[in-house]
Amino acid sequence: MSTPLSRGRIWFDHLAADARRVDGLPASVLAADGTLDGGPARFLAVVPDPASPFARARQGEVGLREGWGLAAALREALRDDRDGARRALVAVVDVRGQAYGRREEMLGIHLACAAAVDAYASARQAGHKVVALLVGGAMSGAFLAHGYQAQRLLALDDAGVTVHAMGREAAARVTRRSLAELDEIAGAQPPMSYRIADYAGLGLLHRLIDGVDAQAPSARQVERVRESLVEALRDIGSGERDLSVRWTAARAREGRAASVEVRRRMAEQWTR
Amino acid sequence: MNDLQTAPRPAVLARQSFIEMSARERAAALLDPEGQREVLGPFDGLQSPWLPRQGIVPQSDDGVVVLRGRLGGRDAVVAALEGRFQGGSIGEVCGAKIAAALELALRDCEAGRPVLPVLLLETGGVRLQEANLGLAVIAEIQSAVVALRRHVPVVAAIAGLVGCFGGMSLVAGLCSHIVITRQARLGMNGPEVIEQEAGVEELDAADRQLVWSLIGGEQRVATGLADALVDDDAAQVREQVLGFALGAPSEARSAQVSIWRARIDALAANEDLSPKALREAWETPRRAQGDKP
Repeated sequence: MSTPLSRGRIWFDHLAADARRVDGLPASVLAADGTLDGGPARFLAVVPDPASPFARARQGEVGLREGWGLAAALREALRDDRDGARRALVAVVDVRGQAYGRREEMLGIHLACAAAVDAYASARQAGHKVVALLVGGAMSGAFLAHGYQAQRLLALDDAGVTVHAMGREAAARVTRRSLAELDEIAGAQPPMSYRIADYAGLGLLHRLIDGVDAQAPSARQVERVRESLVEALRDIGSGERDLSVRWTAARAREGRAASVEVRRRMAEQWTR
Repeated sequence: MNDLQTAPRPAVLARQSFIEMSARERAAALLDPEGQREVLGPFDGLQSPWLPRQGIVPQSDDGVVVLRGRLGGRDAVVAALEGRFQGGSIGEVCGAKIAAALELALRDCEAGRPVLPVLLLETGGVRLQEANLGLAVIAEIQSAVVALRRHVPVVAAIAGLVGCFGGMSLVAGLCSHIVITRQARLGMNGPEVIEQEAGVEELDAADRQLVWSLIGGEQRVATGLADALVDDDAAQVREQVLGFALGAPSEARSAQVSIWRARIDALAANEDLSPKALREAWETPRRAQGDKP
């Protein structure tokens, strides 16, 4: 059985075409050093590895080796740039979820994913600019581990690009609803929606990029996406090291009004 | 276990179950008794805007209690999840309460006024009715924990009975120290979810003994994935949390990449690894405080 090219690999190959591959990582973790906006950038992606010793992590899931592998690739960049210019970090996101398995739980998949979160957050807080480009699934704990610590989130406006806490089929099973019923509820409740346009309405996305073939982009479309990444990098302020844009942006004030209200009132009550 | 405590006992012997407490009682039992103050409490009326739209009755604290006070005399904040409301699930409001508390603690730490943060994690993960807003705020909580850790220890306690799952299990992984009971579990995917996604031959979620042998508190401490095992005793939980919170910040487990990567790689080919064999492979020196007398 041949493995179809994953979107993660397709976009990684386009964006990091002239980049130097980082070795010492599992086959499912791609990392390469190239350039973006004339500066150094490390591109990262998680892709399927049909030969993984972990059977539950062969289809592009974030499992034990992927979490720790991402952390290793990021920590290396952190170490190497400690005394110089911090390279940009670009997460190419196409992750269908975390690996669901007995062995994964026993060996601490939560810690492996935490290690990737830690490395992304530590890099951002140390002055690396972090951008995530959503080209496929951005599901649940896998997205937390790979992409959700970025200062700017960009997504292709495509039906196959989805951010969610639980896959559509699994959510239907858990809530004992048909897919049609689930879609109806999700359509009326923006946080539950599987549509990337509804996600954009929450105020968490920096940009939704339309008119791009996510599976087979033309050279011109790749160039447009690269320009969007450059714009996002430039949009990150030099001292901006947290995620506050996600609740201060104009769209977030509407899409996440309660989040904004909680932060405002907690600050009022914090010191008496 | 406290099953036998039916008759009144002398105060000195009395043990107070931590597991049976509500989130509010737990937070209060952890902090020094004097000077406690709840922020964004039930009377502030901040509840989930999403649950009523789906026919679910919201709760006036949205399942999180944030208590300011002191730990061993030092400025502290406890965020306690209420496992009895929607399984301790993370929605927009309760998640934002935790994130905001940590962000304000960070602001104070950066201004030279350290605040000791403690998280009482009792959660099945993201609240499905608020899916993407739950997931988003967990990323924000994670960012705050990583930033705070440079200033003060961030201590997590997992008491049970819900345990700690989903994106919040990653939060536990990011903390400086994890205190856990035998009754509690710590894992990313709940046993029911694994059974559903991967089949009963992968994991029989109804087999409690198996589940606890894999992800229960005792196994987590024995394999170095948690730091201290405590009894279901409020005084013992407080003593252990206090010990960690007042200690020096140390390198978090999630930052020790090469050690853990090597551990995983060494076992990757072993498909039939048993919990016992894992203990032998990863046995770490047991902390004196966690040991039974």
